[in-house]
Amino acid sequence: MQVVCIFLLSLSFAWPTLAGEGPFFVTYTHQMEEPGNLEFGVKNSTGRPVAGNRFLGLTAELEYGVKAWWTTELYVEGQSTHHDSTLFTGYRLENRFRLLEHEHWINPVLYLEFENINGADRSLLEVVGNDGEDDLMGLNAMTREEKKREIEAKLILGSYVHGWTIAENFIAEKNVRHAPFEFGYAVGVSRPLALAARPADCAFCPENFQAGLELYGGLGTHQTFGLGSASHYLAPTLAWNIPNGPTLVVSPGFGLTGQSVGFLFRFGVSYEIAQFARMWRKRS
Amino acid sequence: MRVLKMACCLLAMTASGKTPLQKPPVKEMGRTNPYETQPAAEQAGHKLFLRECSSCHGTRAEGTERVPALASPTVQQAPAGAIFWVLRNGSLRHGMPSFAHLPEQQRWQIVTYLKSLQ
Repeated sequence: MQVVCIFLLSLSFAWPTLAGEGPFFVTYTHQMEEPGNLEFGVKNSTGRPVAGNRFLGLTAELEYGVKAWWTTELYVEGQSTHHDSTLFTGYRLENRFRLLEHEHWINPVLYLEFENINGADRSLLEVVGNDGEDDLMGLNAMTREEKKREIEAKLILGSYVHGWTIAENFIAEKNVRHAPFEFGYAVGVSRPLALAARPADCAFCPENFQAGLELYGGLGTHQTFGLGSASHYLAPTLAWNIPNGPTLVVSPGFGLTGQSVGFLFRFGVSYEIAQFARMWRKRS
Repeated sequence: MRVLKMACCLLAMTASGKTPLQKPPVKEMGRTNPYETQPAAEQAGHKLFLRECSSCHGTRAEGTERVPALASPTVQQAPAGAIFWVLRNGSLRHGMPSFAHLPEQQRWQIVTYLKSLQ
């Protein structure tokens, strides 16, 4: 109880700062969380498979900057399906390590994740292997029985060019108990609506908005590597960093292949508390 | 304990031989600030400073027990290009992240504000 009180008190005195991996839902950039900062947020996705019920995938995330080169994150996931049920589907723990000390044309970051989720998961935080619409159609009572304990690695490559953010992610995932290795990709570009900041404080200043586009999908398995049998999505995104407030992100996604859900809508909110660790130490 | 930590930090900086502001390549140090002494850029820089930097460096850039003050002679005398380079690259070993995600114009606006501090 005391811990909860301290946490809530910390939030009330929190120094908000801009949450910040750009406007993407799937693609990671090489931007790391600032050391000592805590970001919490939600990322939700909703869609309706052709022969299934509409679902809402819910993901809560806590991201913390351990070092300037090391960010760690916890995801807790659940979902709700129309005419079915609402359930907790699992969690993920991930760590990102920046590999080079200085900025270069291309900046690599290594991403390592352990996920313990079940087959009813609808978070769609990435698409790998031959993931498709079929995986989103089963009854929750049945799909939740499928346990997915997986290790995922990503190579994140990021660049900033004349105000543009360009990021490419290569994903490899494997269930800890059995084959196959599954692969996926995500690429994204984004840009603030204005490059220079205006002198006045304003919520609707164009520099507070970022527009982008991301493309992500599966690349099959080590036996069936390729673009053909997986789902792929193209998704415009828009983020609004409200000064001294949260960041809101929306993204309509369009399925590009027969295996994809025709239309996915994603929305998220995040809020960053600067120097959370220092406040925590002081208050406790 | 605090004194010991500060001593360790100083020792680490001495061992590396250079402070972050002394590390930039000569070419980068020579870059000129396109917004130099422009009041509007200074104001925008102040806004960005409060948003991006003040949680660590203090609202008046006075620094904290672990983070250096920016309203200091070291920063004031440093070339604008050197400050810009540190904003872009950070100083990961000393705990300062990179701010390369900010567009170049916004980083120059922050430099303009920092240079206006006495």
